Amino acid sequence: MKRAGLVLVLAVACALPFFMSGFRAFQFTQVYIYAIALLGLNLLTGYNGQFSLGHGAFYAIGAYTTAIMIDKWNIGYGWTIPTAAVLCLVVGFLFGWPALRLEGLYLALATFSLALAIPQILKYFEHWTGGSQGIVLSKPKAPFGLPLSEDQWLYFLTLAILIVLFVIAANLLSGRTGRAIVAIRDNHIAAETMGINTALYKSAVFGISAAYTGVAGALSGLAIAFVAPDSFTAFLSITLLTGIVIGGLATISGAIFGALFIQFVPNWALDISKAAPWAIFGIFLIVFMYVMPRGIAGSLRLLWIRMTRPAVVNRQADRDVSSRSTPHST
Amino acid sequence: MGGSGGGAAVAPPQNIMDIFVQQVVSGLATGGIYASLALALVMIYQATDVVNFAQGEMAMFSTYLCWSLLQAGLPYWVAFVATLVIAFVGGLLIERIVIRPVENAPILTIVIVTLGLVFILNSVAGWVYSYIQKPFPSPFPSKPIKIGQIVLGAHDLGAIGVTLVVLLLLFLFFRYTTLGLAMRAAAQNPASSRLCGIRVGWMLALGWGLAATFGGVAGMMIAPNVFLDPNMMTGIQIYAFAAATVGGFTSPFGAVVGGFIVGVTENLVGTYVSFIGTELKLTVALAMIIIVLLVKPSGLFGRSIVRRV
Amino acid sequence: MPALLEAENLEAQYGWTKVLHGLGFAVETGGITAILGANGAGKTTTLRAVCGMVKTAGTVRFQGQRIDGKATEDIVRLGIAHAPEGRGTFMHLSVEENLRLGAYVRRDRVAIAADFERVYQYFPVLVQRRRQQAGTLSGGEQQMLAVARALMSRPRLLLLDEPSLGLAPLVTREIFRIVRTINKEEGVSVLLVEQNASMALELADHAYLLETGRVVMSGPSADLQRDDSIRRSYLGY
Repeated sequence: MKRAGLVLVLAVACALPFFMSGFRAFQFTQVYIYAIALLGLNLLTGYNGQFSLGHGAFYAIGAYTTAIMIDKWNIGYGWTIPTAAVLCLVVGFLFGWPALRLEGLYLALATFSLALAIPQILKYFEHWTGGSQGIVLSKPKAPFGLPLSEDQWLYFLTLAILIVLFVIAANLLSGRTGRAIVAIRDNHIAAETMGINTALYKSAVFGISAAYTGVAGALSGLAIAFVAPDSFTAFLSITLLTGIVIGGLATISGAIFGALFIQFVPNWALDISKAAPWAIFGIFLIVFMYVMPRGIAGSLRLLWIRMTRPAVVNRQADRDVSSRSTPHST
Repeated sequence: MGGSGGGAAVAPPQNIMDIFVQQVVSGLATGGIYASLALALVMIYQATDVVNFAQGEMAMFSTYLCWSLLQAGLPYWVAFVATLVIAFVGGLLIERIVIRPVENAPILTIVIVTLGLVFILNSVAGWVYSYIQKPFPSPFPSKPIKIGQIVLGAHDLGAIGVTLVVLLLLFLFFRYTTLGLAMRAAAQNPASSRLCGIRVGWMLALGWGLAATFGGVAGMMIAPNVFLDPNMMTGIQIYAFAAATVGGFTSPFGAVVGGFIVGVTENLVGTYVSFIGTELKLTVALAMIIIVLLVKPSGLFGRSIVRRV
Repeated sequence: MPALLEAENLEAQYGWTKVLHGLGFAVETGGITAILGANGAGKTTTLRAVCGMVKTAGTVRFQGQRIDGKATEDIVRLGIAHAPEGRGTFMHLSVEENLRLGAYVRRDRVAIAADFERVYQYFPVLVQRRRQQAGTLSGGEQQMLAVARALMSRPRLLLLDEPSLGLAPLVTREIFRIVRTINKEEGVSVLLVEQNASMALELADHAYLLETGRVVMSGPSADLQRDDSIRRSYLGY
């Protein structure tokens, strides 16, 4: 039944751009772009337990890779996307290595500092990045003379890449690799003793997560046709984090829900109040977290479990009472 | 931020030592402000494992409330104390009303709630008070104090004094009162605290109240230097993060020491290293964070995290 | 006369898993009751259920009043003290501060000071270490601290969770001796959860045997000690 549902959603998604304005199509393209980035971040934070408040950096690397390749070297946009992916994969992996020593809060601080530094670094290397002015690109046209507008072509391109990346992620997370990744999150000492090379896995997940976000950044460079340092402030990293929590940590569908939220809710907030739109957005955030503390996908999953699970299971308590290692609720 | 106080032109040339002392004092003044905000962050983190992103905005909002009281004609110190009380109650209410519904939720969920608070406080402040910068008075005389050849701003010295008094009161409270002991216990071991009859939820609320109070002190001491503006605490919060990182997120004492270290370092680097203008000043804070995390993540006074399997 | 503590049809669960199934037990005023059983039988959960630390169903009455469903901090204020599994020491506070916290709910300054003296008499080792960080104490000393802290609240009922866990037999004997003294001289009733059945049966007047969350046997401890087949199959000696 799940398959049928997915096919239906996909069919709707493919039909959408023909029934809406170019701007709307652009908005949905942006949703897919965010979804790719969120999937990447969720892989790292939700599934592997490494808190990153700096993924905006990889988004920026992806976007600027695209921009520089097209603008300075005249390379076709098709090549920029895999390049961004590989570049971010390497950078992410290299960053993941020293980050191994840092846990929870400390990793968050390190990545947050990185995020804060990005705009300044981008402005500093003016010769490559065009400094504060940024780089202007032109939106790619549909290939093979297909009767699609630029916005529609980008929509389908992004959607296609999204589907491919989602399938890869789903495959990665099911099976032994996925279990190892989650095991590291839940108890990395135990995972280590089970023979999992936590160092390798953690760095690899960092790399893959960065690659996903880099691809998203590359696509966003194409979709917006403009990159500038001030688009990649710490706010972007915080937005991505918000997206995965609202969408649902450690879920794949959460990426879509989260992306829809971060794309559209700020606009709704503006519609509701011109004077203090961010206050409305803040209220949305808080209310969402009250009603769905595990995110949209997480709460849907819980609902599903409640509806299908039989009455309380009577099982032998073969696990003695143990309090959590962090001094918080009993 | 971190400029030396006073505006009078100084005629006799100062020697290197004089300038150094001035910059150190100036650094200690801003350091005290970072220390107050860092202390607020660490207090809440220690008790709940949550970093309250809204600490700076709460401080900013408290400062605006003080401004309103001053506009209404209250004398400075009356408004100051009244603001501290309001901040305390506000912090307490925020914990009981906004945070409590999610207190058992995953940590990131609570973090997003504090993020929501950031947006709300910032936006409402901008809406009520506008984004135009306002001047904020200092209770200390504007005439600089001369000690020999050294010129020190009265506000800087005053800020250091206020910070130290508040910290001393806090120390005495935690060390010598039963309530302070109960709060420490509740932060360290909520389960055992309940077994002693301590109402852990209320201890948490008190913690938030106290944290908001320090934030208020920080805001009111920095506002005369940087002017009142809804975004005034954003940069300072980053410095507070640096302070807590340097000192250790698990040590209130460390947060305070860290604050002073960051303040002085920032000022000295800004003075003596030529290419660090005001633009790159924030980079100093970021560099300090990265260096500490690479060398000793738990900071100078923090406890290394021991994992029990 | 109704028992000091009575549980009827007590059930408890962690998340989706039910751990206690319709337990019934009682502690008489002035008595010492033991709850025995193998690892995982639900002994610790029973104490936690009495203190409201776990989700429960059924009734628990203390001095005739229902306490099930109340918050831990309120139950404790009624006169129950719990020395929990793992001792629950405040590791980063001093021994003296730990004891002060035990008396947190009390207001009578003079009596609290007297209680400090009393507790130091029972556990002289704590006097020497009063300013030390509690985390630096040995296992046995921390167990003594846990019992001492529980006593500081002048409870009517003392809940002891596996006091012998991880301790040398000599140290355990000492603690049990002190518990007997407290029970005899101050009339503090005790509900003791123990894996070390032989020591527990020597101390207690009444005992319950738990197996996977159910009471399978109960009676005066003398009876349980005497019954050979029970001893061999359940208590292992």
